[in-house]
Amino acid sequence: MSSTSTGVRAAVRGRAPAWRRRQALAAWLFALPFTLLFAAFMVGPLLASVGLSLTDMTSRDLRTPLAVRFVGLGNFVELAGDETFVRAIGNTVYFVGVGVPLTVAVALLLALALNNGINRFRSLFRVGFYTPVVTSIVAIAVVWKYILEPDGLLNQGLGAIGIGGPDWLNDTRFAMPSLILLAMWRNMGTLMIIFLAGLQGLPADVYEAARMDGANALQRFRSLTLPLLRPTLLLGCVLISVYYFQFFEEAFVMTEGGPLESTLSITYFTYNEFGYGNYGYASAASYVLAIAIGLVTLVQFRLLREKG
Amino acid sequence: MSRTTVAPAPTAAAPAPPPTVQEAGRRRRRLAVRDRWYLYVPLLLALAATVLPFAWMVSGAFKPQSEILSGEVRLLPQDGTLRNFRDLFTRVDFGHYLFNSAVVAVAVVLGNLLFCSMLGYALSKLDFPGRRVLFALVMTMLMVPTVVTFVPLFVLVTKMGLANTYGALILPFLATPLGVFIMRQFIAGIPDSLIEAARLDGAGEFRIFFTLVLPLSGPALATLAILQFLSSWNEFLWPLVAAQTEDMYTLPVAIALISASANSVNYGLLLAGATVVVLPVLGLFLLLQRYFVQGISTTGLK
Repeated sequence: MSSTSTGVRAAVRGRAPAWRRRQALAAWLFALPFTLLFAAFMVGPLLASVGLSLTDMTSRDLRTPLAVRFVGLGNFVELAGDETFVRAIGNTVYFVGVGVPLTVAVALLLALALNNGINRFRSLFRVGFYTPVVTSIVAIAVVWKYILEPDGLLNQGLGAIGIGGPDWLNDTRFAMPSLILLAMWRNMGTLMIIFLAGLQGLPADVYEAARMDGANALQRFRSLTLPLLRPTLLLGCVLISVYYFQFFEEAFVMTEGGPLESTLSITYFTYNEFGYGNYGYASAASYVLAIAIGLVTLVQFRLLREKG
Repeated sequence: MSRTTVAPAPTAAAPAPPPTVQEAGRRRRRLAVRDRWYLYVPLLLALAATVLPFAWMVSGAFKPQSEILSGEVRLLPQDGTLRNFRDLFTRVDFGHYLFNSAVVAVAVVLGNLLFCSMLGYALSKLDFPGRRVLFALVMTMLMVPTVVTFVPLFVLVTKMGLANTYGALILPFLATPLGVFIMRQFIAGIPDSLIEAARLDGAGEFRIFFTLVLPLSGPALATLAILQFLSSWNEFLWPLVAAQTEDMYTLPVAIALISASANSVNYGLLLAGATVVVLPVLGLFLLLQRYFVQGISTTGLK
């Protein structure tokens, strides 16, 4: 009986129902495992972190959840007055503001060089520059810490050409640049590959025409490559910024956020507050980071789309 | 797998032309190297600088503490020793951390291969209500970093009674949006006619998925497996939070905490540990670089 009634309903709507409904059912069965895990461990926590950031929850409340109080934007107000947090924002902006342009520039240089008549050893270069990307930051940070010791490899090398290197990681002026250098080394390979793919997609005939018109290499780069590569550059900038905004592991291993909090990032601050048991406060801090990441991504899309 | 089949060079090695032309080609290429010394020289220097930290890591891992402290620059250890590695597995329980990292990585890879390809198939080849919304939702989560979710995630895992278990280390990474993106993209390229034909032959959707779609998705599955293995093997913040006792540490957590706890850093031990973490991954990368590079250039993500 039910089958005739649905059949009639479907006939009225003018659809082929049975196979379609069976396919929809199968589709949802396919989607179910992922969707459940995704809801429980990604969407849920993301929404919960908004809620949590508006409460005063601490580790003690894990057992007595009813004691949690709603504090509105109290955590955010407190963050704004928290000297350490303001410091962490400044440090993160420093890391992103210097690290992103540097990494993008180096990766673009490498990609341009490899795309300009490097036929021999081409894949050797590609693989070589890419290797740091696959390594664990923690493991590699240990190696860099060893290299950056006051009498480590770098300072020995500098000493050989008559330069007295500083105590890189224990000097407030040099600690952050050291971490940025490590990040550049670790991540330039990703961007290089992306930029290379972009460069290889550029139309050869346009370059031929420009060359016929007597445009030199610099002119071709400025008025052809840069504008044509804009979408790829944008993608690279966004990816690397999102990543750099979260920096943490390098500092955790190499400087523990020091010296004098000069390498304490927002993620590090969040982790510390979590460690002290201030869950609401930590969530609020992490939300500031999430919002910053969202905004910067938007701005970059705007900027790189409008110009040119 | 030999080096030549792996080399991802669309422009590099052309199929071998007749000998005379080859000769000329070789000469031209040698000339090209000489012509472009201003590119090759800086590139080679940059390459050396890029690879140097790895060499220094391996070299230090085989040096005795005295030689490390002496601060002499010597790439080959004067007094090569395996002591650091022995200490790693006897004085520190590194074998156990290695096991933990491997268990977590394998579980994460298998889970993602299955769940992401299932959803990828549904999203690209099946019609169902909610399809667009689900896809849009998954894609908006593509860039949400762990740091934003780890506090509530910790509360959740604790409430579920999973604190300090493998479940806590694995479950949050079983369903990743990037995997769905890769699989959906790839499966969409499988011709509809193939799937239609199987349907006409009376195969159900599950049979089609397991006997037709999955076997055809080899390259995408390989890319996904590699990306997930890497991110699981290198993941730090969440295991640092979720593993509360030493027996649940993964490799990066163990290394970071050993490095942080000691008053005077035992670099020999740490460099040996870093070598154990990094070298297998480097080896894997050199063997399977084609899939790594594919993963990056098709998705633009790590």
